[in-house]
Amino acid sequence: METTILFAPLVGAILCGFGWKLIGEKAAQWIATGLLFLVAFLSWVVFLTLDGPTEQIQILRFIESGTLSTDWAIRMDRLTAIMLIVITTVSSLVHLYSFGYMAHDENFRDNESYRPRFFAYLSFFTFAMLMLVTADNLVQMFFGWEGVGVASYLLIGFYFRKPSANAAAIKAFVVNRVGDFGFLLGIFGLYMLTDSIRFDDIFAAAPDLAEQSVTFLWNDWNAANLIAFLLFVGAMGKSAQLFLHTWLPDAMEGPTPVSALIHAATMVTAGVFLVCRMSPVMEFAPEAMAFVTVIGATTAFVAATIGLVQTDIKRVIAYSTMSQLGYMFVAAGVGMYSAAMFHLFTHAFFKAMLFLGAGSVIHAMHHEQDMTNYGGLRKKIPYTFWAMMIGTLAITGVGIPLTHIGFAGFLSKDAIIESAWGGGSMYGFWMLVIAAAMTSFYSWRLMFLTFFGKPRGNKHTHEHAHESPMVMLVPLGVLALGSVFAGMVWYGSFFGHADEVGEFYGIPMAEMAADGDAHVEGAEDDHGATGPVDGDEGAGALVEGHQDASAAHESFGGAPGEGALYFGPDNHVLDDAHAAPVWVKVSPFIAMLAGLLMALWFYIWSPTVPGRLAANQRPLYLFLKNKWYFDEVYDVIFVRPAKTIGRFLWKRGDGNVIDGTLNGLAMGIIPFFTRLAGKAQSGYVFTYAFAMVIGIAVLVTWMTMSGGAN
Amino acid sequence: MDTHLLSIITFVPAFAALILAVFLRGDDAAAGRNAKWLAFITTTVTFVISLFVLFEFDPSNTDFQFVDEADWLLGLKYRLGVDGISILFVMLTTFMMPLVIAASWNVEHRVKEYMIAFLLLETLMLGVFMALDLVLFYLFFEAGLIPMFLIIGIWGGKERIYASFKFFLYTFLGSVLMLVAMVAMFTEAGTTCIGGCEISLLTHNFASDNFELLGIQIIGGMQTLMFLAFFASFAVKMPMWPVHTWLPDAHVQAPTAGSVVLAAILLKMGGYGFLRFSLPMFPVGSEVLTPLILWMSAIAIVYTSLVALVQQDMKKLIAYSSVAHMGFVTMGIFAANQQGVDGAIFQMISHGFISAALFLCVGVIYDRMHTRDIDAYGGLVNRMPAYALIFLLFTMANVGLPGTSGFVGEFLTLMGTFQVNTWVAAVAATGVILSAGYALWLYRRVVMGDLIKESLKAITDMTPREKWIFAPLVVMTLLLGVYPALVLDMIGPSVTALVENYDMALEAADTAVQTADASH
Repeated sequence: METTILFAPLVGAILCGFGWKLIGEKAAQWIATGLLFLVAFLSWVVFLTLDGPTEQIQILRFIESGTLSTDWAIRMDRLTAIMLIVITTVSSLVHLYSFGYMAHDENFRDNESYRPRFFAYLSFFTFAMLMLVTADNLVQMFFGWEGVGVASYLLIGFYFRKPSANAAAIKAFVVNRVGDFGFLLGIFGLYMLTDSIRFDDIFAAAPDLAEQSVTFLWNDWNAANLIAFLLFVGAMGKSAQLFLHTWLPDAMEGPTPVSALIHAATMVTAGVFLVCRMSPVMEFAPEAMAFVTVIGATTAFVAATIGLVQTDIKRVIAYSTMSQLGYMFVAAGVGMYSAAMFHLFTHAFFKAMLFLGAGSVIHAMHHEQDMTNYGGLRKKIPYTFWAMMIGTLAITGVGIPLTHIGFAGFLSKDAIIESAWGGGSMYGFWMLVIAAAMTSFYSWRLMFLTFFGKPRGNKHTHEHAHESPMVMLVPLGVLALGSVFAGMVWYGSFFGHADEVGEFYGIPMAEMAADGDAHVEGAEDDHGATGPVDGDEGAGALVEGHQDASAAHESFGGAPGEGALYFGPDNHVLDDAHAAPVWVKVSPFIAMLAGLLMALWFYIWSPTVPGRLAANQRPLYLFLKNKWYFDEVYDVIFVRPAKTIGRFLWKRGDGNVIDGTLNGLAMGIIPFFTRLAGKAQSGYVFTYAFAMVIGIAVLVTWMTMSGGAN
Repeated sequence: MDTHLLSIITFVPAFAALILAVFLRGDDAAAGRNAKWLAFITTTVTFVISLFVLFEFDPSNTDFQFVDEADWLLGLKYRLGVDGISILFVMLTTFMMPLVIAASWNVEHRVKEYMIAFLLLETLMLGVFMALDLVLFYLFFEAGLIPMFLIIGIWGGKERIYASFKFFLYTFLGSVLMLVAMVAMFTEAGTTCIGGCEISLLTHNFASDNFELLGIQIIGGMQTLMFLAFFASFAVKMPMWPVHTWLPDAHVQAPTAGSVVLAAILLKMGGYGFLRFSLPMFPVGSEVLTPLILWMSAIAIVYTSLVALVQQDMKKLIAYSSVAHMGFVTMGIFAANQQGVDGAIFQMISHGFISAALFLCVGVIYDRMHTRDIDAYGGLVNRMPAYALIFLLFTMANVGLPGTSGFVGEFLTLMGTFQVNTWVAAVAATGVILSAGYALWLYRRVVMGDLIKESLKAITDMTPREKWIFAPLVVMTLLLGVYPALVLDMIGPSVTALVENYDMALEAADTAVQTADASH
């Protein structure tokens, strides 16, 4: 079944890419979509029936060289299963949605068959992404990692006639490669230290890494920290974290379904997945983790500030995505991988929905993307409006404080903010709370500008605004269900009591005997204090044994790699997060309200305020509007120098220095040779052949003279 | 194994060239067609015969196999043989040649001579990879350049004289030094047998005692000097920075098929030479110069990638990218561990397919528009979707995308190097970023965008013949990318033996030095 899940999208991609000429455009598209729905169904079966230890399925040998041995193989555990349902669910819905969205595209001529190509890319992307999450070693993961990069490149540049799309495609690929540079070095380092790049071996060796030091470039580093840092650089590229984020907003040049699937729900979360996957190493790398937290928190903040002033509907959502990814990294950085995965999971639903909703708006408005030309659309496109509303309620985190009732984003975002508090990162905590207020502001701003107020911009466009077809609305409906319920249903598994979370991820439980809690130990004598427990039976026994004991007395145990996640013996973030004071727990809610009120004030009650504020605070406004000038700075310090240096090396290095020397030499020699052999062109050949014969003669003579060629 | 298979493979093309020279008369189209077909059939037959060698070859045996031996002129020995290191280069050559001939189907000018040159070239290149005698090797190695000079000089572009002169000058200087080293080797070892004899150069321990020359202390002694002499020749062939400037000019001026042979096969002679001579015969000399070579490789990768970024001529761009990729090869070889050397050989084989395909891609549009200027193109995807797809695949392979063969070589060489020198590995790994920059930018400027230029409005997509030429390259690039074991299994044991011998030789040299010190 797992193999089917993995390869069915590839079959779909090949059929759509090459087979459509035989079976027809429509048939190929439906087959690819049908396969995706089948895969999504199977993934849910896998997710819901998963239990027992990590399973590994060998497929084919891959790179083998000396002690390096890697296979194409599937590693099936909870992390993989979560990613499977996220990817296949969103992907199948996006396939369906694309039937409507891509039906007529002004970027292509009437007789061009661009649709099968689009579906082929989508299916190929899904295959690569599945490769990434099912990998059981880092090379296969890197294959998926680069595969999704190519798919992203192709889809961003899908409108190949648009220069801006082509530029964005290259930018996405190259910036990601900067991250890959770190990722690759991390892989090499791991191989050097552990003699393997298979996860099982790496995880087993992880505790030793913490003790080792390794020389890398100019310094000796702690091995675990170095590796964790290098791998995180890879994650920064893929997940658009600060400094390597500039490609993501530009990636909005791609068709909107692509933004929903790749640049919101799945590919950009690969970095988060990587950090969680490597949790056994991360747990031994405190400094690197602190770095992850800081980058994540700063990204969440910076992206949110930029999102405040953008007017392109897709860019707003893109910066929102970047900001939410920052949240996930904060959770992972403080050691609460489960909360990171929780937000990854819920975010996939509501962010995909926001993008598809935005797509529906854009579709209705004839590819107008500027929100200043929207307004009052809620009557024209009511279904889209309600879908977007649910998405907005989910992302801003609406729910009933201090309970577990609320939209998906409410539960997962609060989980992260509490984790940041519990993990002791005050910087992370405050940045995220402030970012939560801004999230609420820009999300509601988007809603108000688009659906409320009076129609602005081209009258004609507004008059012809129309609701999207069913194939586009059905995916919105399904995602809406996820945005409402995904948080409530799975709260316990991701962020409930330790034993629940442990069971979900297959992590054995251990008692915290060392923390002065010895007095409760007697109660659990029946199954031993530290013995690893696997499967339902053991976990069930644990729950029983702990019915009366407080959750604070138990924690995760097991060796690195035993469960899908690893929490070190000193990692009490989950308990500390649960024990956070009330003001901490309600702070995101208050932030959300503040953002909402601001948005109401700015865009409903007195719509002249934004304009005046922008005029008053012009430098700040421009700073944010121009995205903190990252692109401009990078252009000056990287892009242009690269070309200048390249030109210099070519003209001066190759031209003047190397060839100059050579020509100087040659001026002496050429006349001699040309005299020798007449015509220049054949002259060299003869000279050369002549010299060679002389050479052979010399060799042979020497040998015969010294008397022993045999 | 008593067989003449290798000799047959080597000399079938030369024999066909002889037939062409003697029996083919006339200068008309019919004669040209006959010459093309004869060349195509001959190279195909050669490839089929070489498949027998491949299937019969025992990778677990690290000795030379299929050894073919005979006495020759003046008491010299004629010896051919293959081991795990050379067999795939032989296969690469026989595999590429039918494609090269097929790619030359449009040649009109002096077809007979053209085909003769390529057939002779095949014989000589195969000889290089199979020769087990020093004199024979020298003969093949040097003579192989003559047909190449002619190909560039007669069927080349406008600046062909300058290009072939540059090519000549570089290689000539290298050759002279190599010849001197060969004489020295023979003097010391008393044999010209490369390997598989009772006394052979591969098993001989060349002197490595330090001595003083012109007031300079030569660490590694004779080994270092001989290493340097061979290095002069192989480094030019690779080509390594800073003796690479002949390559872009040669490529630009060579006809498409010439570029393909040059990139796919001729460049590999340098890498093969390092593996056959430098590393195993002069381990001490290699070790002394390893840091220098690793840094030259890393510089080559960054330097030529940056230069590639600003090229306006498609062929030049790809030529510079070739130099960068060869940087990975030299780096891997002199990392001198299993991953490094495995990766280097893999990279050479893979680069054979990829660079050949890229030059063929240029050839396809050059045949139509007669310009290599990037600015003359743009938006080709509108009229040439099949071409856009193929070009994209090989662009990605050139960038080293996992799943294509381009990845495995880069990955393994970098991994091998990382264990030896993290600085070099880190600098070289920036090539991963830069290659994406220049390759995708090239692709964008040529293929993407709207088709605006009037001159391109009538351009046609690839013909079936052109597609068939690419098909085998596509298959190989993907197959080796997904299942690299096909190559790694073949070369693995021989590389292990090479690396182990190298380490043992260094250890032995170390102990010798220590004992010498102790006795003082």
